Amino acid sequence: MSTITGILRADGARAGRTRAALIALAATVAVVGAPFYFAPFQVFQLTMVLVYAVALAGLNLLVGHGGQISLGHGAFFAAGAYTAAVMLDRFDTGHLATLPVAAAGCFLLGLGFGVPALRLRGLYLALVTLSFAVFLPLLLKRLEPWTGGSMGLTVDKPQPPAWSGLAEDQWLYFLVLAVTAFALLVARNLLRSRVGRALLAVRDHESAAEVMGVRLSLHKTLAFAWSGMFAGVAGCLYTWVIGFVSPDSFSFVLSITLLAGLVVGGLASLYGPLLGAAFVMYVPNVAQDLSEAAPGVVFGLLIIAVMYVAPAGLAGLAGRIGSAAARRLPRTRTPDGTHTARPTPSGTSATSADPTPPEAEVQAQAEPVGAPPRTEEE
Amino acid sequence: MRKKTVLRAAAAATAALLTATACATQRGQEDKGTAADGACKGQQTTGITDKTIKLGGIYPLSGPASAYGTISKGVAAYFKYVNDKGGIDGRTVEFVVRDDGYQPPKAVEEARRLVEREKVFAVFQTLGTPSTAAVWDYLNQQKVPQPFVATGASVWGTDEAHPWTTGWQPNYVAEARIYAKYLKDTKPKAKVAVLYQNDDFGKDLLGGFQEALAGSGIKVVAKESYEVTDPSVSAQMASLARSKADVLLNITTPKFGSQALAADAKITKWNPLHIVNSVSSSAAVLKPVGFKNVQGVVSATYFKDPADPQWASDPEMKAYRQALGKFASDADPANQFNAYGWAVASTMHQALAAMKCPTREGLRDAVRNLKDVKVGMLLPGVTLNTGPDDAFPIETMQLMRFKGERWSLFGEPVDTRKEFGPVTG
Repeated sequence: MSTITGILRADGARAGRTRAALIALAATVAVVGAPFYFAPFQVFQLTMVLVYAVALAGLNLLVGHGGQISLGHGAFFAAGAYTAAVMLDRFDTGHLATLPVAAAGCFLLGLGFGVPALRLRGLYLALVTLSFAVFLPLLLKRLEPWTGGSMGLTVDKPQPPAWSGLAEDQWLYFLVLAVTAFALLVARNLLRSRVGRALLAVRDHESAAEVMGVRLSLHKTLAFAWSGMFAGVAGCLYTWVIGFVSPDSFSFVLSITLLAGLVVGGLASLYGPLLGAAFVMYVPNVAQDLSEAAPGVVFGLLIIAVMYVAPAGLAGLAGRIGSAAARRLPRTRTPDGTHTARPTPSGTSATSADPTPPEAEVQAQAEPVGAPPRTEEE
Repeated sequence: MRKKTVLRAAAAATAALLTATACATQRGQEDKGTAADGACKGQQTTGITDKTIKLGGIYPLSGPASAYGTISKGVAAYFKYVNDKGGIDGRTVEFVVRDDGYQPPKAVEEARRLVEREKVFAVFQTLGTPSTAAVWDYLNQQKVPQPFVATGASVWGTDEAHPWTTGWQPNYVAEARIYAKYLKDTKPKAKVAVLYQNDDFGKDLLGGFQEALAGSGIKVVAKESYEVTDPSVSAQMASLARSKADVLLNITTPKFGSQALAADAKITKWNPLHIVNSVSSSAAVLKPVGFKNVQGVVSATYFKDPADPQWASDPEMKAYRQALGKFASDADPANQFNAYGWAVASTMHQALAAMKCPTREGLRDAVRNLKDVKVGMLLPGVTLNTGPDDAFPIETMQLMRFKGERWSLFGEPVDTRKEFGPVTG
């Protein structure tokens, strides 16, 4: 504790940097230490959270930052999972080889799906993507020589190398953690690049963006491609972790669950996908413990409750609580009152990628999703 | 102010983590299962003591297949009934139910929860082919018994790499053989039209049927499939009607079973002998079609229908109704799935009672060594038999025909293993 107070007394800029480093260190220790602390079953659950987080990060690019809606991300997920499973089962390639193939395949698939996104908007686009999610499991059943039909495929999980001394679950966790960290980093950098700024511009005002020189068709299609790629990578990781794929694993309910997870976690926030993934993974269990008879009802009620308490998702909750507290407390305690009167929504996270406060974000979201197709901006 | 909060949180998290890591070694030891002494030396006794047995089941309590979830109520009622009477060899049964929503990844998660956290003695049961296929590798690796899975796919009994997994109900191939034998005996020149669900269930049954017909004068003249997601099967029925077949084999799940029966009744020019598979033969399927429209329909069964008045005074059926009223008052005793749960739980009871060693290995061996075991809820003449190379406990079924307002059994129970030889993969 003495070091901490010592740091606090140090001058502002240095303290800020040390603080960031400390937080990063604590997070790293927690994340790396987790598989040694928790029981194998809990490590498995954590691994699944990471898998879903990658898929949600991809969906976030499209829905949160791109302002387009997809009810078909379960299908991209399935495509990635099956790519990995078929490669492992039929061609006996190593696990690592499946990752780039799944990523590239889903990227191309996303490019193909970006085309309807150019012409369709809102609910109409959602319907097209939904049809993809509904039809893919049926296709997988029909392609029996490759996919094993409705019995699915059972594949081997990656085995820990002997030198590591890790158990299978721990090894899987670290593999998935590495990929997830890399994927989230790519997502962050993507949003800070031209692509990210173009996406935000298109989401907020299409015509204005076009006038500014953003090529609508390119960026809308790219948004789908990137987003599909993330879902495909998540699917590939899923195959590594579960070791079994079947068409029933990827019903369109998965797509809906992913979308719900993203909205609950927080749209257009960098760590919203992580929170959303944890929600998708853990809350059904909590729901079941609360009511054995109707877990679905409890799950639904919990989603409604979250949306009431945190309309900007769990990621925006911290900001809301902060601003509520700031409104209650007298302003005297801060030397620069402007800052605490309106704290940034999510601390260290998405500030650079997205400067809009959560409330404004939600409004920006709600419009393109539910709105009828606009012919041309008036 | 915010800086301090963040710092404190970080410090607290680190401290908590370090404390936890210190305890980690202890946790690792806890995870190890327990082993037996004496004659059963070295065998796993996780989940079983002299006083208790802990079993875990994974059922779809939510999702598209939640109608089957009520099986868990039948099972739970049976174990409560047995516990009330002193348990199995003095051991009371604790039965943990988890919901997988019919999703394979969820089933994997729940299986791991049951094995690693709840530390169950055996996973009894998993329901549905996808969920069972998703977890059987894991359970066999962990050497956890997975007896009497609630699915009729033939793969559970023909696979040799999974000695810890066994089926229970007659597999779909065995059921197909019953119909094939019936046709061979009564209509040796029949032309058959088949409506089947395009998945493992439909293909298993259809494949078994065609194989059993090989070498006879009976021909399958038309086949139509549908997907579970299709809205209706009327188009398929119209196309089958054009084949002018004199037998219709209806391999469907309940919703489509009703539709096919109704379509058959509507097409007055075509009146084949309608054989409906046992998955769709419950009263709940036939009633919406109208009983007058399903007269003479043939099916096969192996357990007593709780809605059938002929079993009203049967002692097992009385015990079942009483126990359900007492321990699961929200479950409908007339629902076949509850009776199914009761029957499979009493099979489990007999397997547990027959264990030579009270260990997981003991249960595995007992499940594979059932000899003419009788279960009250099964039809008279249907007994359970397994062996080292036979993981299909029930392979005997009896035909039934719909008359008036209910099914009536006819002929003798047919042991398909004796008639056709073992089912191979």
